[in-house]
Amino acid sequence: MSLWNQKRIVSKAIGLAALALSAAVGTSVSADEAKTQYFPLATFRVGAYASSGIPVWAGEIDYFRYINEVEGGINGIKLVWDECETNWEVEKGVECYERVKAGKNGSPVPIFLPHGDPISKALTEKSVADKIPLVTIAYGRTEAIDGRVFPYSFPVVFSFWSEASSAVNFIAEKVGGKDKLKGLKIATVYHDSPYGKETQVPLAHLAKTYGFEDIQIPVPHPGNEQSAQWAKIRQLKPDWVFLRGWGVMTPVAIKTAAKVGFPVDHIIGGIWSGSEEDVRPAGAVGKGYLAITPFPAGANFEIHQKLKKYILDKGLSDLKDPKSFGSVYYNSGVDEAIVAVEAIRTAQAHFGVRPINGEEAQWGLEHLDLSEKRLAEIGATGLQQPLKLSAKDHEGGGAGKVLQWDGEKWNVVSNGWVKSDRDLLLPLIYERAAAYAREKGITPRDATN
Amino acid sequence: MSFFIETLVGGLLAGVMYSLVVIGFVLVFKASGVFNFAQGSMVLCAALTFVTLRDKGIDFWLAALITLAVMVLIAIAVERVVLRPLVNRPQITLFMATLGVSFVIEGLAQIVMGASVHELDLGIVDTPIEIGGVQVSQFDLVAAGTAGILVVALSIFFNRTRVGIALRAIADDPQAALSIGIRLQTLWQIVWGVAGFVSLVAGLLWGARQGVQFALTLVVLKALPVLIIGGFTSITGAIVGGLIVGAGDSLAEIYLGSLLGGSVSTWFSYVLAVAFLLVRPAGLFGEAPIERI
Repeated sequence: MSLWNQKRIVSKAIGLAALALSAAVGTSVSADEAKTQYFPLATFRVGAYASSGIPVWAGEIDYFRYINEVEGGINGIKLVWDECETNWEVEKGVECYERVKAGKNGSPVPIFLPHGDPISKALTEKSVADKIPLVTIAYGRTEAIDGRVFPYSFPVVFSFWSEASSAVNFIAEKVGGKDKLKGLKIATVYHDSPYGKETQVPLAHLAKTYGFEDIQIPVPHPGNEQSAQWAKIRQLKPDWVFLRGWGVMTPVAIKTAAKVGFPVDHIIGGIWSGSEEDVRPAGAVGKGYLAITPFPAGANFEIHQKLKKYILDKGLSDLKDPKSFGSVYYNSGVDEAIVAVEAIRTAQAHFGVRPINGEEAQWGLEHLDLSEKRLAEIGATGLQQPLKLSAKDHEGGGAGKVLQWDGEKWNVVSNGWVKSDRDLLLPLIYERAAAYAREKGITPRDATN
Repeated sequence: MSFFIETLVGGLLAGVMYSLVVIGFVLVFKASGVFNFAQGSMVLCAALTFVTLRDKGIDFWLAALITLAVMVLIAIAVERVVLRPLVNRPQITLFMATLGVSFVIEGLAQIVMGASVHELDLGIVDTPIEIGGVQVSQFDLVAAGTAGILVVALSIFFNRTRVGIALRAIADDPQAALSIGIRLQTLWQIVWGVAGFVSLVAGLLWGARQGVQFALTLVVLKALPVLIIGGFTSITGAIVGGLIVGAGDSLAEIYLGSLLGGSVSTWFSYVLAVAFLLVRPAGLFGEAPIERI
């Protein structure tokens, strides 16, 4: 055998050995990853709404990293995630869901977080077919609170109806009681979209119950010109304005209100009109503006101290702008991650410590009990409200805190969590869910399971 | 009655804000016959550059000068890379090219300067003043004054300077203009540069009004009806078109919206535009194309 042939055989043998080794390593990586819990994140880091989204993913990813780095995963099951850009567009959101729903490297998808009201509505039926719960904190279809009709939709924590009711209850708190609501004028300036119209029914119902006048003023998308709407406000002279905006609509509303001389401390922004990104562009005239939110701002919660120590100070944070640490959107990401992690933990306690699939996560969500004690253990007291879900109640909380902008930061001005009139609104919600079930031919589940 | 007048005045002043953006469209269209889809992105880019420089502590006027330089560089780049290779191609090709330019500018601006929302304070008082019992926004009055100065300056530029007259010649007949030695490329760079300057002015005023954020690109949604009504080639038309759209939207929102139970200003200006197209296709001040058969 010539020297050249010997060299060829040796190099082939080395090549084959390398191939075998890499295959072995590959197999072991796959097996390893199958022991992880996969979380696909539908994100929008580019486009018109990127500024709102970027701090949310930072809060979420930082909390996931904290669970991995400090707690070694959920009972030892580490979390893995990847992102799918939706641009906050329905088609891309649905495409993203279809791409990730099968899981990754053997790890199933326990929960899908659509991050967009229209996307969540487009996925309602698909999620039932695929048995993947959609968790939509502070957005999504309100009647999905009824899990008997919507088994895989979870508008957890604070639905739009609760948002409207809590805002009215805060006004009652300010004027000296619910009996003092009678005769008041409350105008809702809303984004003219299905999201914006979502609070019309509960507000009409509350107006009838408490005797205030309910005024509805639509603002067309995107809301960068509102002189006509605020001229109307000046004409009708409401006592309070409930502002339900999105994106650029909020700062323009605050500025235009100042132009017509409406007092900014009598405007209560809704959930998506209550972030630093909403009020900072309004400048000095935003000082005194109120907003109701399930995501109170602040970096003094115990969990934030832990995140700072183990994630931010170690350079592991996803946050590019340190100013956003503890912002409303950052905290919304932390809240969302807490709910997701605790649902998996609940499911693991029932099904065993292993990666949880969608059907099991649905059980976990419906048995989620975030008590004061558990929140204290997490370090989220005051950041997250106590939450107890069931098949009949996919919301669980239904309270918000009212923040006031002081020109630099938000301060909580409500007396703790302002509860909504859930007892008053739930029968209406169940009626609407039942109507949806009739329309779609759905037989509601037995809630006792 | 005072409510009607207040709504009308508010609408007219809002319309002037749209006119500021539309003037940029008119400039490019006058010189090249192209509907520049990238105008909204240029408004965003100018405002974002300015506010990023200001956030770094750079003086107001220096930041404005640097931003203007950036806009001129973008104008030169667009002419060199996109428009020059497409000379004498159909207008739809040029339009599609500006569509591409629009996405490139938006994407690059976001990569370089980030996606955060910025406050922009121009130091203009934004409290209302009362004139004859009617509340008027001081900020909107400043914006209207700025638009007026721009119209006068651009009218002088187009009618009284050699460059302006050459630009009009190119718009009328590019082949004939080229044959008498007018340098098409240089003039396109100039006109895109001037459009960049107009974008800076519009970006600053719109940015101060709503914050500097990516939604700034959406102000062009109202540009098309304003252009159709005022005419694609007239700066005066841009102002008059803006006034009609602003007042029309405002009054329709108040008096028609409540009847129809929803917001109408999204589509009302387009109804107006279609009505004008049927009656006066070239717009109020536009030049109707005359072709030899």
